[in-house]
Amino acid sequence: MTSRKALNVIQDGGADPLGAEPMNPSRRAFLRTAAAGAAVSALAGCGVDVGEFLRSHFKELSRDELAKVLAKVERRNKERFGKDTKVTAEGPRPGVEFGYGLDISRCVGCRRCVYACVKENNQSREQPQIHWIRVLEMEKDHGVDLAHSELYYDADTVPRPGKFYFPVQCQQCRNPPCVKACPTQATWKEQDGIVVIDYDWCIGCRCCMSACPYGARHMNWAEPKLPAAELNPVQHYLGNRPRPKGVVEKCTFCIQRTRNGRYPACVEVCPVGARKFGNLLDPESEIRRVMETKRVFVFKEELATHPQFYYFYAT
Amino acid sequence: MRQKSTPWIVVLLAALVAARALASQPAAKPAAPPEKKKEILYEARPPPFSDGIFPCMECHKDQKDPTRRELGFHDEQQAVFDHDAEHRWCLDCHDLQNRDVLRLASGATVPFTESYRLCGQCHGDKYRDWRAGVHGRRVGMWDGAKTYLLCVSCHNPHSPSFKGVKEITVDGKLTVAPTLEKIKPEPRPARPEEMRGWKRPAEAGR
Repeated sequence: MTSRKALNVIQDGGADPLGAEPMNPSRRAFLRTAAAGAAVSALAGCGVDVGEFLRSHFKELSRDELAKVLAKVERRNKERFGKDTKVTAEGPRPGVEFGYGLDISRCVGCRRCVYACVKENNQSREQPQIHWIRVLEMEKDHGVDLAHSELYYDADTVPRPGKFYFPVQCQQCRNPPCVKACPTQATWKEQDGIVVIDYDWCIGCRCCMSACPYGARHMNWAEPKLPAAELNPVQHYLGNRPRPKGVVEKCTFCIQRTRNGRYPACVEVCPVGARKFGNLLDPESEIRRVMETKRVFVFKEELATHPQFYYFYAT
Repeated sequence: MRQKSTPWIVVLLAALVAARALASQPAAKPAAPPEKKKEILYEARPPPFSDGIFPCMECHKDQKDPTRRELGFHDEQQAVFDHDAEHRWCLDCHDLQNRDVLRLASGATVPFTESYRLCGQCHGDKYRDWRAGVHGRRVGMWDGAKTYLLCVSCHNPHSPSFKGVKEITVDGKLTVAPTLEKIKPEPRPARPEEMRGWKRPAEAGR
């Protein structure tokens, strides 16, 4: 045995993790029932949906339970926005691992992607204003260096002389620090590589935000402000469905589009064609061609997060 | 016992399959790869002509002078012409006999909808990247039908270095046309302190 001890795990009938005397099992069961009863009545008093609070984790939902959960989200959308929406939970396709390429020799920093993303993914428009993509203006003299970058650049026309532009969004890491940090397993990595969040499971502790080295996660500090007229009705449970206050959100490679074979919104809108997307497991895909013929790097490689988001120079 | 008997069945089945395949395909064709490659549809957007400029032959019917000169017309192209201007002029790319098509170095003609073949003669690396989807913008499905833009949708062929683009409609179809001005960026994001002024409705009323 090494001197480093594993963390204690609370188990029924086992020793108390704090080292106190073992509790009488019947007393423990009584306390559990009583606590659950008290919690349920307290929840009902707070206006929290008890059924929702007690449901299983997303990954453990049966087909029927999932259908009920999706129907509930649609009902809540109707109450909140007065609009019919279609919420799905399309799963990952076998044999698909998404890869994203961003050509920083082409990006001109026009921020079209930022606003196309906001529109597609139903982000809060202002107070809080949430942008999943952040375009950084960097200096050619310094290269990719956050110490010489400007997020709030204002210009009449872009690109500005001596500058280049470096958009940052969720890098969909293969070794995601945010997933490790989450205490409730509200965020996880899917088979196709997308790191998703169940907003009903998120408790808003923001541990993931401090763990993320890319600043890719954003907190709804207030009730999101999304005009009903601008609501995108095509929604994914783990993606662009409207979020409540107090949960964290981030880029999902437009899960509601890409799981159905479409390009993400930012790829389609980019006026210079700097954004590339495809299946890393398909040798014929655009992204594989990028990886095989261009100079490719990942952001903050030294942190060993192994992103599925690649930056490259085509020229 | 089982291991001994199975090969016979396999051989018999294989023979049957082979016989049927030979009967149905008498032509001496090399064996096709087993899985059929999924057919992917590619569509290119129409070329971004200025209003009323096409067809060219409406004006150019009787103009057959092949000598290089300053033109008394097409000022908008001549004013901005910056495409190896020292060495080239109109009829290096536009066909003398039929102005409604373009002319390759070989003398063969291509329609305006396939102008990428003309551009690809010199810009081979970009042409290869464009065909593979690495250069330029694409819209549609990452695993299926998608729409390309032509080279000239983003690069003005008379002044090809990229400056900016705008959305236009050609024959009712939305496409993109190059501009001579650079792009104006969308508004900058709000700074955190600019988002702090907000109060809950209940607090605001107090």
